[in-house]
Amino acid sequence: MTFKFTVSPDFTPDHLSGWYIFNTWLQKQTDSAIHLEIYNDFQLQREAIAHDQIDLIYANPFDAAMLVREKGFMPLVKPQGESDEAIIAVNADSAIQCVTDLKPGTRVSYTDDPDVRLMGMIMLEPGDLDVGNIQGVPCDTYILVAKHLLQGDADVGIFLAEAYDDLSEMIKKRLRILVRSQIGVIHHSLMIGPKLKDKKELFEKCLLKMAEETKGGGVLESLGFKGWEKVDEEEMEFMIDLMDTLNV
Amino acid sequence: MIHDMQPEFIKGEYQEATLELYGGIRRRVLYNESEIPYPDGKLIVSTTDPEGIITHVNQSFVDMSGYTEAELIGAPHSILRHPDMPSAAFKDLWDTVNRGDKWQGFVKNLRKDGAYYWVKATVIPNVRQGKVVGYTSVRRKPSRTKVEESIKLYSAMIQQERA
Ligand SMILES: Cc1cc2nc3c(=O)[nH]c(=O)nc-3n(C[C@H](O)[C@H](O)[C@H](O)COP(=O)(O)O)c2cc1C
Repeated sequence: MTFKFTVSPDFTPDHLSGWYIFNTWLQKQTDSAIHLEIYNDFQLQREAIAHDQIDLIYANPFDAAMLVREKGFMPLVKPQGESDEAIIAVNADSAIQCVTDLKPGTRVSYTDDPDVRLMGMIMLEPGDLDVGNIQGVPCDTYILVAKHLLQGDADVGIFLAEAYDDLSEMIKKRLRILVRSQIGVIHHSLMIGPKLKDKKELFEKCLLKMAEETKGGGVLESLGFKGWEKVDEEEMEFMIDLMDTLNV
Repeated sequence: MIHDMQPEFIKGEYQEATLELYGGIRRRVLYNESEIPYPDGKLIVSTTDPEGIITHVNQSFVDMSGYTEAELIGAPHSILRHPDMPSAAFKDLWDTVNRGDKWQGFVKNLRKDGAYYWVKATVIPNVRQGKVVGYTSVRRKPSRTKVEESIKLYSAMIQQERA
């Protein structure tokens, strides 16, 4: 049988080919037939999960609760030393010096990455802002979030910290960071579904020694990762509980 | 374990109060008017067992409370209880989580050095295999407006509790 693998739609576009290379590597190592299906947005991906069409997923932390508690997924690994962090930034010339300077009606640009938007909105709360009193400026990419700030169509932008750091120096010079999160325990993870349960240990073994494996190192590089780290079930439960507290 | 607060750890002048904590524990607390601002971008996280004894704290918790991790683990969570907090707030917290629901509220916490800090806290039950194995609280930076509202509300509640 062919299993279906999918990647959280918020992956960095530069790493798209990396995920295909990773899938090829994984199929060889585990002797399994796996098809990689990329969805354009979270909604389509969640529909596929709801219809039990997914067996392996590199998941956004926001979806972890649903995957574990409703769909019986189990955590495998996360990228070594990585966590998801958010940044609140403004145009460098903006009069706004800190979040408490913001007023209701503030125009906030963001992408549809659910975990980053959640962290970002929490960082706006000290300014008495919430989803009910901001003016949302939805964007497809972080480059566009930046562009809206530069053009003055948005007052603040919510970025994935990694995406902000990857912006060109020229753009970054014209922006200013108000807050950078330091949460440390929210991360994407590779998770395995019920149909692949019997292969969990095999997958884990292959992934944990991937960095040392002849071809594995290069594949990791194409994903921008140093290696994989094990995520046990309690660590995942803890992250889910934490996300749960942030969702209110 | 929970001990009386010690004058040698307090910076500057302070006041004294005795708290009547759960389980008949009495604790002498020393506190002053110095407020430590909530750090930007951080979450303060702790977990307790079902009785409210601390089992896990993150680095931000240690940094903000002024206690070492070793002093915190095994202590009742009321180690941060500030005399300006009304009992009714914590009764509501416990009633809510005992029902299996999430509790959210603003809390003034007392540090080891007598200073205080305000947080917006969310407490949830940790359910594992259908059983509550503990509770986790995640705090974020509160807005000043909400803190001012809470100061008014809590002082009115305390007056009522004392009347
Ligand atoms: C997960 C969790 C976190 C808590 N965090 C705090 C806290 O930060 N500060 C505090 O005063 N009480 C906190 N409490 C409530 C205390 O357990 C306690 O009820 C409160 O300090 C009042 O003390 P008392 O119940 O002994 O009267 C927390 C409770 C739980 C379950």
